[in-house]
Amino acid sequence: MLEQQLVNALTLGSVYALFSLGFTLVFGVLEVINLSHGAMFMAGSFAAMTVVTRFKAPLAVGILAAMLVSGLLGLAIDALILKRLRARHAPHLIPMIATIGATTVLTSAAQGLFGVEVQRFPDELLSTREFIFGSVHVRALELAIVGIAFLLMTTLFLVLRHTRQGRALRAIAESPKAAALLGVNVEGLFMATSFTAAALGGVAGLLIGLNFNSVTPLMGQPILHKGIAVVILGGMGDIRGALFGGLFLGFAEVLSKAYLSSQMGDAVAFGLLFLILLVRPAGLFGRVLERKA
Amino acid sequence: MEAFADFWATYSTLIFTVGIHALLALSLWLTLSCGLLSLANAAFMGIGAYTAALLTLHLHWPFPMVLAAGALAPAAVALVIGAPTLRLSGVYLAMATLAFGEVTRILVLNLEITGGPEGLNGIPLLTTWWHIVLILAAAGYALARLRRSRMGRAFEAIREDEVAARMMGIDVEGHKLAAFTLGAVLAGLAGALNAHSTFFISPREYGFENAVDILTMTILGGISSLIGPVLGATILTLLPELLRFLHAYRLAVNGLILIGVVLFLPTGLWDSRRLRQLVGAWRTRREGKP
Repeated sequence: MLEQQLVNALTLGSVYALFSLGFTLVFGVLEVINLSHGAMFMAGSFAAMTVVTRFKAPLAVGILAAMLVSGLLGLAIDALILKRLRARHAPHLIPMIATIGATTVLTSAAQGLFGVEVQRFPDELLSTREFIFGSVHVRALELAIVGIAFLLMTTLFLVLRHTRQGRALRAIAESPKAAALLGVNVEGLFMATSFTAAALGGVAGLLIGLNFNSVTPLMGQPILHKGIAVVILGGMGDIRGALFGGLFLGFAEVLSKAYLSSQMGDAVAFGLLFLILLVRPAGLFGRVLERKA
Repeated sequence: MEAFADFWATYSTLIFTVGIHALLALSLWLTLSCGLLSLANAAFMGIGAYTAALLTLHLHWPFPMVLAAGALAPAAVALVIGAPTLRLSGVYLAMATLAFGEVTRILVLNLEITGGPEGLNGIPLLTTWWHIVLILAAAGYALARLRRSRMGRAFEAIREDEVAARMMGIDVEGHKLAAFTLGAVLAGLAGALNAHSTFFISPREYGFENAVDILTMTILGGISSLIGPVLGATILTLLPELLRFLHAYRLAVNGLILIGVVLFLPTGLWDSRRLRQLVGAWRTRREGKP
């Protein structure tokens, strides 16, 4: 029983981590709390759903569609909204409010285009194979979800760690001004970050949509709140923190639902977040940033 | 007179909602006037609404006392959670208050006494139009006086520069807690009035979306004066009624308004300084041309 719950927790936790990774990347580089990240999650799910049901494309194409559509939406939000606010040096809260507006627009558009009912993936698409390890049943789907999530996360780590662009990005996270002086194309990398983060969010949406076989226009809202919880647990802008925070939240949620109370699982997650913020305002792994007056 | 009776029968709920939303927007204005972005005001409204409804339904308290309790219960909660939470600043405070709102919503959703997901039904319709007008006017007057008082000036100083305010000897923590708690009082009042004008309340009305709605109203109107939030609340309450023909796309208009205001009117619709300039320019033009 416990082993089975651990498999569920790992599946859920790896998707939370993937989702939060994009969220925290945008905060680290652009210093923006992008509350439209949940809408990217929803859009990726619908893009893949449309491709596999309307055009009978294989799932791999669905994954690409999720990345592309969400990525382009993220790019559009950056170019149309965030870029102007950057140029104006708007205070932190302003982009946060603008991205709430973008979320409302996208959610409402999805409701108009696809209706409010739950949509499901065609049965033949979802492999029903199971692997049995001792007493634990692992669905092939769950293995694929964990695999895809970790593959994308590892790729991102390697890119950030070892490529020229990754180093430039980390330089921007330290100080955009200094990076620009050193000849880094700051605006270009801001846009690349917006695209990548949104694309990761879109894949996360597809994976959750597949796992629960349910896609709705409102699916972005609860995950956004969880993403916020994860990012605060791990420290805002901290890439490794998002990975650990995501897995931690997955385990905390599944285990508290299984052993404490099925309805209170979400309250446990947010209660925990609330407590952590009070004890460690910069997150479990974060450094405390004090304003230098 | 009959035409008026018809009009009132059709639109009284809408007019009540405008008043209650205006009160909510003012509650957030008060919190923002001290530089605190709180997403907890929807939860405070919920606490006020449930406290008031339960007191009416189970203990049959008289309505004025119910309203007072609806205002004081969220204030008590704000005092308790405010002391540790308000140490956080900027986005961290927004996130912490968001988490508080979610915990409150999930608790209300799962508790026995609050009726779970179905909420509370059959709350007597005790709110009349003059209750709302009276409370809104009193709140407006009190806030206008507060702005020009020692406390209001301290709020403004903290919003502009916390470190400088502290250097001038302002008790930053105390004033933040006061702004947060007084905001909760107004939100709770709005909740209590709302519960007794809609017959039924459920946890769905006090979630993140509602916190965002309150924020949208306040930002749209502008926070440079008290007229702004009231104007924003009125527009955003009436707009969905006018846009019924857009069906599912109706909410998109709210989103576009929010983006548009942030991009093109950063100080909101009602910016007293800009209005003064406009009036001044209009006067000089008229006097210039005989």
